[in-house]
Amino acid sequence: MNLTTALARFLIFPGLLFAVPVAWFFLWVERKAVALMQGRIGPPFMQPVYDFVKLLGKDTPPRSGVAGLLMRMWPLIAVSAAAGAVGLLPVLPSSGGFEGDLILLLALLELPSMCIIAAGFSSRSIFGEIGSAREAVLSVAYNVVFLLAIVSIAASQHTFRLEALAQLPASPLRWLGVLAILVCLPAKLHLNPFSLPNAEQEIYSGPMTEYAGPELAMWELSHGLEWVAATGLVATLAAPHVTFVWLAILLFVALSFAVVLLLSVVAAATARLAIDTTVRFYWQCSLIFAVLAVSSALFMRLLS
Amino acid sequence: MNLWNRLMCYCRRRSPWLFHMNAGSCNGCDIELIASLTPRYDAEQLGVRLEGSPRHADILCITGPVTHNSVQAIKTVYGQVCGPKAVVAIGSCPATTNVFIDSRTVDGPLNKHIPVDVFVPGCPPRPDAIILGVAKAAEILANRAALKLPVEPVAMPLVGPGCGDACACAAATAPATVASAPVPAAREAQP
Repeated sequence: MNLTTALARFLIFPGLLFAVPVAWFFLWVERKAVALMQGRIGPPFMQPVYDFVKLLGKDTPPRSGVAGLLMRMWPLIAVSAAAGAVGLLPVLPSSGGFEGDLILLLALLELPSMCIIAAGFSSRSIFGEIGSAREAVLSVAYNVVFLLAIVSIAASQHTFRLEALAQLPASPLRWLGVLAILVCLPAKLHLNPFSLPNAEQEIYSGPMTEYAGPELAMWELSHGLEWVAATGLVATLAAPHVTFVWLAILLFVALSFAVVLLLSVVAAATARLAIDTTVRFYWQCSLIFAVLAVSSALFMRLLS
Repeated sequence: MNLWNRLMCYCRRRSPWLFHMNAGSCNGCDIELIASLTPRYDAEQLGVRLEGSPRHADILCITGPVTHNSVQAIKTVYGQVCGPKAVVAIGSCPATTNVFIDSRTVDGPLNKHIPVDVFVPGCPPRPDAIILGVAKAAEILANRAALKLPVEPVAMPLVGPGCGDACACAAATAPATVASAPVPAAREAQP
């Protein structure tokens, strides 16, 4: 991958130019699905765009010093990390990539939640600090499962290159890994059974409590891009390999859409759990699951 | 108005985020405000979202007759809402202090302390009246921000089931230079 293709992938496809409208669409699908599940009609199609533009036009409270500078920076870092993660996804067949891009993708997927933790603490709001502490605890809990699932997939296929992983035929182990990733996604996207960090009506808006205007717009955008990146990762791993370009794009969007729908329905059907229940869920139930996946991957590798 | 301003005005009208504040209310209006978000009334069709933090909000919804204890809190929260912003006083209490008039614990009405844009009378008002009031407030906010008018309210529109011609009433208070743009259809208040 040279600089031109890297820039093209970051800025045009599947990066910002493609991912931002898809992010808004997914945010709308989430709200609409929850509304339909509750017997409501829900927001109009363009609602995330209205919200984004409106937030751009709002004032921000004056911020000074290093803390103020950091508070302005965190949402921008989160947006660029999430956009970079989307840009790494091998949507197009034979789109290039490099050895180890899976590791970079995982790092970039993790960066927005790091930014959220830092943002909550640098806002010095008590609700922000509680939200950040919860996000930190949550990310320690789900990341073990998430990383083990990905490692098991990569180890069974002998590669850390996303495109090579996407092209290999699906094995039962890969489905196990995809399932483990799906279990982690509600926590990663702050969705309802595990929506602890931004628990609305409980700790106001968690780490976002002090954010307003364009900064909040950037957080919304980074959340949308995280949706695209996380569901796109599942779509990449689950999609059968096709050589036709438009079909590959269509398949990617359709599979991501299905994952978004599934997560929204789960979010609408469940209530928020307490932090200790959530952590216990990830450590006790899912960890066993993930360790099984890794050990069977290593076993398969020894056999082959 | 240039294109960006028109787009901004359009989006501000369609995305009112609320912050709900209780200034000594009996909880009647609070229940009605929550009811306006439930499946029967579904204010989210107009882009309404109830936000947890005043920093995220555009419209401050205040219920209650404004007790002495709540005055400072109201001023603080009003300052925390980032501009452009609007204030909706829900119920008869913040408008007139209602049955608590002349009470020594009450320091109302609300517009003694902060500028109020829309009063929604009723004890409690119906959820459809509250939705109409929020839609009017979003329109007032968008027009005021587009024309860079001061925050002081032009007049006091009365919106609610007791007020026969609510739409005409609110339109009359909007600045005359602004062409009245269509508001997304809110359900009409039933008599």
